[in-house]
Amino acid sequence: MTEVTRAEVCVTAIAECFRGDGEILCNPIGNTPLVGGRLARSSFEPDLVITDGFYMLIADTPPVGETAERVIEAYNPYRSMFDILWHGKRHVMMGATQLDRYGNQNIGCIGDWRRPKAQLLGFRGAPGNTINHTTSYWVPKHTPKVFVESVDLVCGIGYDRARELGPIASRFHEIRRVVSNLGVFDFETEDNRMRLRSVHPGVTVGDVVEATGFELVVPEHVPESRLPDDAELRLIREVIDPNGLREAEVTG
Amino acid sequence: MTEADVVAELRDGMTIGIGGWGSRRKPMSLVREILRSGLRDLTVVSYGGPDVGLLCRAGKVSKVVTAFVSLDSIPLEPHYRAARQNGSIEAVELDEGMFLLGLQAAAWRVPFLPTRAGLGSDILRLMPEIKTVISPYDDGEELVAAPALSMDAALIHMNRADAAGNGQFLGEDLFMDDLFARAADRTYMSCEKIVATEELLSGATFHTLRISRLMTDGVVERPGGAHFTECAPDHQRDEDFQRRYAATAGSDEAWEEFRSEYLDVSEDEYQQRVRGAGGD
Repeated sequence: MTEVTRAEVCVTAIAECFRGDGEILCNPIGNTPLVGGRLARSSFEPDLVITDGFYMLIADTPPVGETAERVIEAYNPYRSMFDILWHGKRHVMMGATQLDRYGNQNIGCIGDWRRPKAQLLGFRGAPGNTINHTTSYWVPKHTPKVFVESVDLVCGIGYDRARELGPIASRFHEIRRVVSNLGVFDFETEDNRMRLRSVHPGVTVGDVVEATGFELVVPEHVPESRLPDDAELRLIREVIDPNGLREAEVTG
Repeated sequence: MTEADVVAELRDGMTIGIGGWGSRRKPMSLVREILRSGLRDLTVVSYGGPDVGLLCRAGKVSKVVTAFVSLDSIPLEPHYRAARQNGSIEAVELDEGMFLLGLQAAAWRVPFLPTRAGLGSDILRLMPEIKTVISPYDDGEELVAAPALSMDAALIHMNRADAAGNGQFLGEDLFMDDLFARAADRTYMSCEKIVATEELLSGATFHTLRISRLMTDGVVERPGGAHFTECAPDHQRDEDFQRRYAATAGSDEAWEEFRSEYLDVSEDEYQQRVRGAGGD
């Protein structure tokens, strides 16, 4: 097989976010996360439940971006999605315009919310997702403008906000991972500050630190993100994303 | 009824709910009739799409209550963005689920419903009108009290309806249209086609009959009434037209041209022109 691309490393790292989740709704948003979620389900996490991106839960694994051919296993209109997420059997992967060291996420606006410099998506489902079940984030272009000292608007709540709420209100809160085009991050530190978990092959720790607008926790030894094995690579290239949508999103 | 009959029931300053989701199954012919009217100072409650964008751009709106405003295939609604950025509207931006509970609370005539959604987020810091409540039971848990989103009127669009006001959705999702219908004092429903009651189930299962005449106060038949938003299976979103619409945020001239060609004309004329333009 030809050389593994950065996008394929990212997809594999995204799949790893769902390892151990079992029979829950694996709900990645965006093309590259969708490829990663379906890779997890097609390989090491077969009990995961996935959507067609709209109103159906599907039992097969059609190519990302194509929805016509699919095996529907359950009807899940938008209202039912809130039932799932309030019940808690869901792990979402969202995007982020800004993220800070505790995993607070902004997708709503840039500048003061009362009169934004740039209106973006609004809160969407981020507050409810993060307080109710596991959340991970995907950042296709890792820069200091995304990984910021402090976000302009807290949509998805991070560990400092969760801590302020106390152990009862925050008992379902978990920001498991952040996957970017440069590396993988988690919050497995004493005070839940973001930690560099691995760097993708070809990326140095220095590259990551330079592209991050706050002080990351950097362990003494930072491993490389793993490569997909041959079976996973075949799944990515031939079954899940034969149209190569992942390559359009990830730059070096 | 006609669109004009519906708009004649509305007043300046009213709170109007609009069904659908993003750029999907929006009662656009009713929205266009509001654009043609003298109505102003409206509060719009919507999982927003071009309905919100158009009403903002035309100066009909003083306040928007929403969880997002999106054109789906174009993620950010350009006219809503402009209205937010130039400060011409007041905004209440909620979590999607909190918004759903607000509709449900209004539909059930209770002042709020409790939820965890919103705790710790900036919604509570920036919108002091959203309050929390302490559980009266032993757990004593603090929860967000999602406030009832009550409305003076709601506008929804269905694929089919009968003349009595029973509505039918034939697409994949009803969205929250039944909640909008119950959250409002009066609900007006447009539809692609009015059929006899006994014909409603001629090509669909009873699961599609989710809007009963208990929930509606008037029906407007308007084929293409949801244009340019998606109204499957009757018609897909008119992506070309939506792109033209979105581009009108680029300049006043582009907006004025769009307005005179598509909005300052009757609905019949609009439908003819968009069909002529290749819209389906």
